Amino acid sequence: MDIVRKERAEHSIAAGNGGYAQLAADVLAHAKQCGATEADIVVADGETFSVQVRVGAVDRLTKAREKRLGLRVFVGKRSATTSTSDFSKASLDRLVSETCTLAKAVVEDPVSGLPEAAQLGGDRPDLDLYDETVLGTETQIDWAKRGESAAFSADSRITNSEGAEFDSSSGRVVLANSHGFVGSYQSSSFSLSVSPIATETGTGAMQRDAWYEVQHKFARLASAESIGQEAARRAVRRLGARRVATKRVPVVFDQETAGSLLANLCSAVSGYGLYKRASFLLDQLGQTVASDRITVYDDGRMVGGLGSRPFDGEGLATRKNTIVERGVLTSYLLDTYSGKKLGLPSTGNASRSVGESPSVGPTNFYLVPGVKTPAEIIGSVKEGLYLTEVIGFGINMVTGDYSRGACGFWIENGELASPVEEITIAGNLKQMLKDIELVGNDLVFRGRIASPTLKISEMMVAGN
Amino acid sequence: MGYTSRRPAISEALRRMPDHVQLATFGITELEAQHALDRLNVRDVEYADLYFESRVSESVSMEEGLVKRAAKSISQGVGVRATAGEKTGFAYSDELTKKDLEIAADTARYIAHSPKGDRAVPVPAQRRPTRDLYPIERAKADVATPERVALLNEIDAEARRYDPRIKNVMASFNTEYKVVAVATSDGILVGDVQPLSRLQITCIAEENGNRQVGSFGGGGRVGFEFYRDQNRHLDYAREAAREAILNLSAVDAPAGAMPVVLAGGWPGILLHEAIGHGLEADFNRKKTSAFSSLIGKRVASDVCTIVDDGTLPFRRGSLNMDDEGTPTGRTTLIEKGILRGYITDKLNARLMGIALTGNGRRESYQSVVLPRMTNTFMLAGESDPHDIIRSVKKGLYAVSFGGGQVDITNGKFVFSASEAYLIEDGKVTKPVKGATLIGNGPEILTKVSMVGHDLKLDNGIGTCGKDGQSVPVGVGLPTIKIDEITVGGTQG
Repeated sequence: MDIVRKERAEHSIAAGNGGYAQLAADVLAHAKQCGATEADIVVADGETFSVQVRVGAVDRLTKAREKRLGLRVFVGKRSATTSTSDFSKASLDRLVSETCTLAKAVVEDPVSGLPEAAQLGGDRPDLDLYDETVLGTETQIDWAKRGESAAFSADSRITNSEGAEFDSSSGRVVLANSHGFVGSYQSSSFSLSVSPIATETGTGAMQRDAWYEVQHKFARLASAESIGQEAARRAVRRLGARRVATKRVPVVFDQETAGSLLANLCSAVSGYGLYKRASFLLDQLGQTVASDRITVYDDGRMVGGLGSRPFDGEGLATRKNTIVERGVLTSYLLDTYSGKKLGLPSTGNASRSVGESPSVGPTNFYLVPGVKTPAEIIGSVKEGLYLTEVIGFGINMVTGDYSRGACGFWIENGELASPVEEITIAGNLKQMLKDIELVGNDLVFRGRIASPTLKISEMMVAGN
Repeated sequence: MGYTSRRPAISEALRRMPDHVQLATFGITELEAQHALDRLNVRDVEYADLYFESRVSESVSMEEGLVKRAAKSISQGVGVRATAGEKTGFAYSDELTKKDLEIAADTARYIAHSPKGDRAVPVPAQRRPTRDLYPIERAKADVATPERVALLNEIDAEARRYDPRIKNVMASFNTEYKVVAVATSDGILVGDVQPLSRLQITCIAEENGNRQVGSFGGGGRVGFEFYRDQNRHLDYAREAAREAILNLSAVDAPAGAMPVVLAGGWPGILLHEAIGHGLEADFNRKKTSAFSSLIGKRVASDVCTIVDDGTLPFRRGSLNMDDEGTPTGRTTLIEKGILRGYITDKLNARLMGIALTGNGRRESYQSVVLPRMTNTFMLAGESDPHDIIRSVKKGLYAVSFGGGQVDITNGKFVFSASEAYLIEDGKVTKPVKGATLIGNGPEILTKVSMVGHDLKLDNGIGTCGKDGQSVPVGVGLPTIKIDEITVGGTQG
């Protein structure tokens, strides 16, 4: 084996995956010699750049290149996973033998193993995840400065800033296994976030908020000015927030908080939580779990999607799965292992961090929009809460019990009357999903999980 | 400029690193280290450092009665930083190739525009940490996997023995063995070996379709023997099982503002969220914290004295030195209710002209240094814990928590109870379902009316997140009474 040669190849990785594909083949061959009956390997590398600007000046510049290799071996039905950032031949040889030793130390797990060879592959369309644009340092600093400056100019009450940050990164993932699968793809990311601070005249009370955008392609990023202005609008509108009296009211979740609710649903349908009996949606496949206004898809093939990828963490082709259709739970999110535990095939949702065995993750997980505008939804509430932020970890995935810190606006007679904070909202996710009364028309993909505005008919709001 | 003259000094110092911190651990040569520092030699840089890190993490985990997963991860690299005024240039690499070092130097150089006169740079001297707060035997840090497997199997059996309603037990044992070396432009070259381990157990209880979860764990900068000592691992298993079984009979939590009694130990997460983050120097230098300009002012009742202490032996949040090579210390944050000080790293201490407290921490060589907490706790008071509970007519007694979060700028914080009870007429009665508590940081401690004599530190499970960086921390608390805080239950 000649790993030294391959190491050199990796430095010119932009030219192709040849270096890593060969490195992977060598490691897999060595694993076999050490007693592995099956194995897979993932290699990731990339470059990142980040600039933070605060009050008009550069606060921090960060630049880095990274690479990492993850190996999973099976010795019969026993398995172990390892990873390293050291690609020297001596280090990799040691890693392979240690991984096989580790695998022999754990017990047999009857359902463990790679996917069947026949399941692998499929088409690998170009999902438009990579942008060759390389931005100069000055350009990126300028983006961050313009974003922050737009926030300061937007309103005189923006008096300070946690800063603005522009990030760009690009990288490659190569996955190969002992069935002969080899796949790779490149992706890039460009993002700007702006976090201004607004101060209330008189009291001096401060409020912070932020706005951001992430895209695979630089050209798709909204203007720095629009992001900064939106950040300022969000910070300023929180000024003068107060608590409210404890009462049961309708709660309208804005896009961001509705997205967090959808993320809770996403966790609840993950195969790992289900087979461990640690999900509130246990044994609910085919049952009504949400209001009939709710349809949820997970689509790994959306062109340009932030969660898109041509194949999953085990090499299975990604696809579009219907998770909830008119309130009925139609599919879990599964990889090979959790699928076998539940007696179901993988849904192509294996998520793989280098160095960990696969788990399950969403691709582009979204709730299908309805027809009402957010204003119409707010207009339907006589008295209630328009929720713009939830904080804390008060969610019990086993029972669905939900209790989180909240802030937003109090709705009176269909209008946003005043900002509110230092309150909690509480309920149970099982009931909350069924109590979704209205679905907005405002679906926007700002991350892997996206939801339009949602109205829940009633929740407990606790304040003073 | 001084860097030329320091060249031989650096390499000499590197040769004299502590025995257990071999330069070779970091995969670099003396020449490369020299070269890196040399490249940081730009005119306006006030401070620069190199942080070498090598880390081996191992884990074994069990579920459904089977120890079926084992993992190991190896990483090494270097973080290169230069600061000029408020500006930081930072680069990191898992390799020390010429190209990587050039990127590092260019990034550092970028932040230093304006020219400045030459100045003397101290010659780095090798220093060992003056103490060893976690003297675990190196060999024991490397316990064979079969022994870990046996430990997890015993935990499974113990939890199921506790009650037949325990239907699944998930346990994981994680260890980390980190070797670091810091070379700085203010003359420090120091290395440390930082072991860390944690045992975490989660039980699912099931009865007539009612499923509940309970969890418990512990650890610290301790070796494997810690968990077998007095069968600590079995205590953890029973605690996790007990919490799950208890929650089977939990009633809905109340909603609204009411008196809350916090038990000692892990509920100290209140301090971490309510005041700890708000007292990190970076937020205060930028005046973005709700605590900005409150030094010397009253922010708590006079029964509250709160410290951050990185020097407690074997504790999860403890360090011989922080990640800038500064020895950790004990910093009084609040003394009898008065705000006394912030916790600092070098950058913020210098810019604010305040004391360096040894709280400059980073998740890894891939992250920048930030002021972070170590072990944060309230000192014991004089009240009897039973009297504290007896003083409440109607309220909540919270014993264990999940996580918490804070908005630094407006001071609002939350933390979520995982084991709590109603207090009715001075007596602890029914267990209630988990609920989030929400309050205002600069205000909440003024409502602490009683502090128990029973200070307890947590068991060593805390991980703090800030700017996307996770670091291990500890908290501690005696039993305390908060006269009023909002409880986010469902029952009005």
